[in-house]
Amino acid sequence: MILDFLNVFIFLLVGIFMVSITLLLSKLVHPRKITKEKMIAYECGEDPVGETWIRFNNRFYVIALIFIIFDIEVVFLFPWAVAFTKLGNNFLAFADMMIFLAILLVGFAYVWVKGDLEWVKSYFTDHGEEVLKSPND
Amino acid sequence: MIQAEYYNIFVKIIDQLAVLDFLPPVWKFILASVIAALVFFHVIAIFALVAIWVERKVAGHIQDRLGPMETGWHGVLQTLADAIKLLIKEDIIAGGIDRRLFVLAPVIVFMTALAVFVVFPVGENFIVSDLNIGILYIVAISTLVVPGIIMAGWSSNNKWSLFGAMRSAAQIVSYEVPVGLAIVCAVMAAGSLSMQTIVESQAGGFWNWFIFSKFPFGFIAFFIYFVASLAEINRTPFDLPEAESEIVAGYMTEYSGMRWSFFFLAEYGNMLAVGAIATTLFLGGWQTPISLLSFIPGPVWFTAKTMFLVFVHIWLRWTLPRLRVDQLMYMCWKVLTPFAFVSIFGIGLWMTF
Repeated sequence: MILDFLNVFIFLLVGIFMVSITLLLSKLVHPRKITKEKMIAYECGEDPVGETWIRFNNRFYVIALIFIIFDIEVVFLFPWAVAFTKLGNNFLAFADMMIFLAILLVGFAYVWVKGDLEWVKSYFTDHGEEVLKSPND
Repeated sequence: MIQAEYYNIFVKIIDQLAVLDFLPPVWKFILASVIAALVFFHVIAIFALVAIWVERKVAGHIQDRLGPMETGWHGVLQTLADAIKLLIKEDIIAGGIDRRLFVLAPVIVFMTALAVFVVFPVGENFIVSDLNIGILYIVAISTLVVPGIIMAGWSSNNKWSLFGAMRSAAQIVSYEVPVGLAIVCAVMAAGSLSMQTIVESQAGGFWNWFIFSKFPFGFIAFFIYFVASLAEINRTPFDLPEAESEIVAGYMTEYSGMRWSFFFLAEYGNMLAVGAIATTLFLGGWQTPISLLSFIPGPVWFTAKTMFLVFVHIWLRWTLPRLRVDQLMYMCWKVLTPFAFVSIFGIGLWMTF
């Protein structure tokens, strides 16, 4: 088994190696004419204003949290899926996992009803007023 | 001698060369592995050259124009010319960026795209190594692309890059859930994580392929996998991370020349990879559809099915408009994920009774 994973390791190394070799080859032939404009971040011709490394909208954080919960669930599903045929497809194994899934689905329903799966939580009208979207819209 | 379980086609060829007899078996194995990696690197590169040309031709004909026509016969040499242009293009690393992360990002993205190819069962004896955790390994290593993309976006010190990277990360991790659940469906039916065993359990005609054998749940799982994998590799209609009309080129904005082309190469490598995974899990891998056609070797079937799925990717790109971010999240959490649960439930019931 350890040799199988040696294959993976060698593939990763060859990936790094081939990228480096190609970049080196490119470095030998490409021109290098540095001007002041080239060194500025590309923002469609405007000079960049302010810092880019800023705090970010926390809805990405909510998505990441929901993802972690569901991904752990998928991790629990994999061993069960492998063992399912070996357990003789019996009803007990099936019911067991369905109870586990049902408990998780309660959480999923909660997230859904609370509106955390909505991307747009509020919008602006033409008059500039902010309107909160209700979760059931 | 190398143990029989490690005997893939590359090891076999190396083992038969008398010139290399002075090498100990482990070194022969390593040599075979390096050759395999180089072969798959070139498979990705040549596939990208052909697929980009095909994509531009298909785009042209769908939009009632001709596409590239000037370079070579019907423009076949167009991508080759583009590749040479990219090689001799200036590699600009703008000021104010985080240089180490900036340089590392394309390497990580491309490296993971290549590493996925270790476990593809191209034919009956044609697999680099049949890991016993095959499909789980694919899920694990293809997720490594997310740190690569975030590194590219964050280090660029460019607002477009940061938006693109955050969108891409949110999209990839969200769609990881339906992809995982759809894969669980196939694993349930096969009872194994090893890619070769999954293919073997679909033997004996196209009605035994998982897409048909547990109808309609197998079909639902295949459809979910196909749609979600489009989102995983940032293809249209899910290409918000690199939406040209709003955020220029997303996380790739600051990259130029060869560095940029490795992102592009990885994208095409991933296209090939998800086509191959869908083929393995749901379309019977290298199995023939009917026994009458079994004189055609397995690798031909595998390639044909994968290429068909890649063609569908290209076809969809020029047919469907891009989704909005809220539609993207709606699609993932409120359509694909519930249906994936339904299909797990259905396949479980089917197999129990």
